[in-house]
Amino acid sequence: MKHHRTHLLVCAGTGCVSCGAFTLKEALEKEVAGRGLQDEVLVVATGCNGFCERGPIVVVHPEGIFYQRLTPEDVPFLVEEHLVKGRPVQKFMYVPPAEAKPVPKMTDIDFFKHQRLIVLRNRGRIDPEKIEEYIAYDGYEAMAKALTEMTPEGIIAEISASGLRGRGGAGFPTGRKWALCRREKAEPKYIICNGDEGDPGAFMDRSVLEADPHAVVEGMVIGARAIGAEKGFLYIRDEYPLAVQRMGVALGQARELGLLGKDILGTGFDFDLEIVRGAGAFVSGEETALIASIEGQRAYPRQRPPYPAEHGLWGRPTVINNVETWANVPSIISRGAAWFAGLGTGTSKGTKVFSLVGKINNTGLVEVPMGIRLREIVYGIGGGIPGGREFKAIQIGGPSGGCVPRDLLDLPVDYESLTKAGAMMGSGGMIVMDEDTCMVDIALYFLRFTEEESCGKCAPCRLGTRQMAGILARIAGGQGTDDDLRKLEELALTVKQGALCGLGQTAPNPVLSTLRYFRDEYEAHIRERRCPAKVCKNLITYDIEPDKCVGCLLCLKACPVNAITGERKQVHVIDQAACIKCGACMNICPPKVGAVSKHSGEGGRS
Amino acid sequence: MSTKKLTIQELARIREKTKAMTVLRDGAGRAKVTVHMGTCGIAAGARGIMDALLQEIESRAVQDVIVTTSGCAGLCNREPMVTVEIKDRPPVKYAQLTPEKMRRILAEHVLEGRVVAEYALAVGSETMY
Ligand SMILES: Cc1cc2nc3c(=O)[nH]c(=O)nc-3n(C[C@H](O)[C@H](O)[C@H](O)COP(=O)(O)O)c2cc1C
Repeated sequence: MKHHRTHLLVCAGTGCVSCGAFTLKEALEKEVAGRGLQDEVLVVATGCNGFCERGPIVVVHPEGIFYQRLTPEDVPFLVEEHLVKGRPVQKFMYVPPAEAKPVPKMTDIDFFKHQRLIVLRNRGRIDPEKIEEYIAYDGYEAMAKALTEMTPEGIIAEISASGLRGRGGAGFPTGRKWALCRREKAEPKYIICNGDEGDPGAFMDRSVLEADPHAVVEGMVIGARAIGAEKGFLYIRDEYPLAVQRMGVALGQARELGLLGKDILGTGFDFDLEIVRGAGAFVSGEETALIASIEGQRAYPRQRPPYPAEHGLWGRPTVINNVETWANVPSIISRGAAWFAGLGTGTSKGTKVFSLVGKINNTGLVEVPMGIRLREIVYGIGGGIPGGREFKAIQIGGPSGGCVPRDLLDLPVDYESLTKAGAMMGSGGMIVMDEDTCMVDIALYFLRFTEEESCGKCAPCRLGTRQMAGILARIAGGQGTDDDLRKLEELALTVKQGALCGLGQTAPNPVLSTLRYFRDEYEAHIRERRCPAKVCKNLITYDIEPDKCVGCLLCLKACPVNAITGERKQVHVIDQAACIKCGACMNICPPKVGAVSKHSGEGGRS
Repeated sequence: MSTKKLTIQELARIREKTKAMTVLRDGAGRAKVTVHMGTCGIAAGARGIMDALLQEIESRAVQDVIVTTSGCAGLCNREPMVTVEIKDRPPVKYAQLTPEKMRRILAEHVLEGRVVAEYALAVGSETMY
């Protein structure tokens, strides 16, 4: 084997790929070869590093230098300086917001420093398409241990003792689920990995599948052994082509080495996996709908019980777990339940991966110990709110989740605390909102999503989400009444109680949580026809202040509907009847002039 | 598709074979050799030193040594130079190297921990930034 002195790890998660990671990788390979360094320097494509905001990313080892936002044009200089002369290049390094000095090492960057990696341990450090690299980091060791040293009951006992709970939403104890399924007499049994991930803004599972597919495979072999299954399915969202491709490569390599298929590692245990591509609806991630989809039917949920553990795929006992749940299993088996249970809180063990998005400086994917305070995620890892704006709320748990306000920033992140606060762990989406976010508008956004995604099978969800979205639209449009609030609350509770599946049961959460913490905003929309955050278009106006306008024609030209009139060096005026409230005039007016202002509420200026 | 089925022993063997990779990516080598590659170093033959070093590491299948480059060490007339750092011990600089000297330094200092005093320039190292 060639000894390469340096490895260039090019992040090739979907985020970095979409901003040019593959062209960058080619440029690096070409430059390295052009200087005859190809035997010294290895260029590797890895899975997502999580700091997607900063892509494309390259990490140079052994030094661990983190380069960000690189372009192919930067490559010759980078190679010359760093690889030939050994001088790390400051101008490509990450500079924290509001600081002047770059942070050269990945491990010193706040975004990475506060994370605790179990599920994402191999992210950005192995090539997910090379099984040897997974094996190098103790890959398939847990599987070997489970197959040779442990009984199925022993595996289940270990998982139960670890306190692992499902990462796909409801947080059901994984060990208990496995035990229920093992107890069933019917054969054959199946296991399923839920990689549907339909929450808007969530990409945790995609990243795990892309960065470390073998971790999921290994977890599933262990699970299969525990419940006695010989066949499993990976249900992966069809919109995740890279994840599907990398998983396909992983399965092929695992089969080739006998880590899947007949007589795994010569232990006599048979197990194989098949990829099924998702049906493209949010509801297909619900376990009973997903099972129907694998069976070739339309992805409709059904009444539970019976739960899939008793009556699952083709009516057989089936364990279905989330991608992240599976990816936790190998570490628990190799390092032991006590190690895992030592992390987190009383009822929530281990870590959780969150996708941190919205009004936050460091957008990306983070893995943190359970029990961490929201404040640490938002400010410690996320680097706070950009543009000097104030934090207003954080939406946790996707469309089934809720908004947590500023007063609760010290809330520990665990299943129970989040649910008590009106949000939920969900699959781990976190959307940060600043003072320019309108909570009515947010509730409307999520209700429109669930209305659209409701499968229509049960009336409470089909009709209820539509009615709630309608009322919210009315309030946002300035036509709401006090009675609407009452109706909204009544509907929310009815849908929550009456819906057939989790989609409907949780769809009202965004409404209920915003009503709970931001009722005054709803009331302002209804009683004062005012949107405090100045977002809802029907309730705002743009004005040009005559004493500030210099008559430069910029806004006039920028207006897409020609609603602005005026001459050079004369005050411009917006025709309110024609204005579509797009804000283009405000964006283009030079900051030192600042003549365009936005108002909401009776009497204009606020 | 080949039908090369692994046994547990072979799994462990793959892990052993790829250890050099994990050592490098974790920045966790037992020893680090820095070849000074400023313009002066390169002009004086640092490239040949690097080649000799890497070839020797490869042929001896050394797993726990990290090789990096750095800029000019400020003593341009004594190039090519390398700095050898063994974990928990002060770094040692070697000057006016040849590929032959480099191979000896690897064998005696890096692998066996005995400083090759006759080639050594000084003990100590500048920081990286
Ligand atoms: C509407 C809806 C969508 C869901 N989507 C997903 C999903 O995309 N991924 C997932 O793992 N679980 C999803 N779930 C949860 C699954 O029904 C199920 O609880 C989960 O896959 C069980 O795995 P776990 O115990 O490992 O969390 C969804 C549930 C509902 C109600």
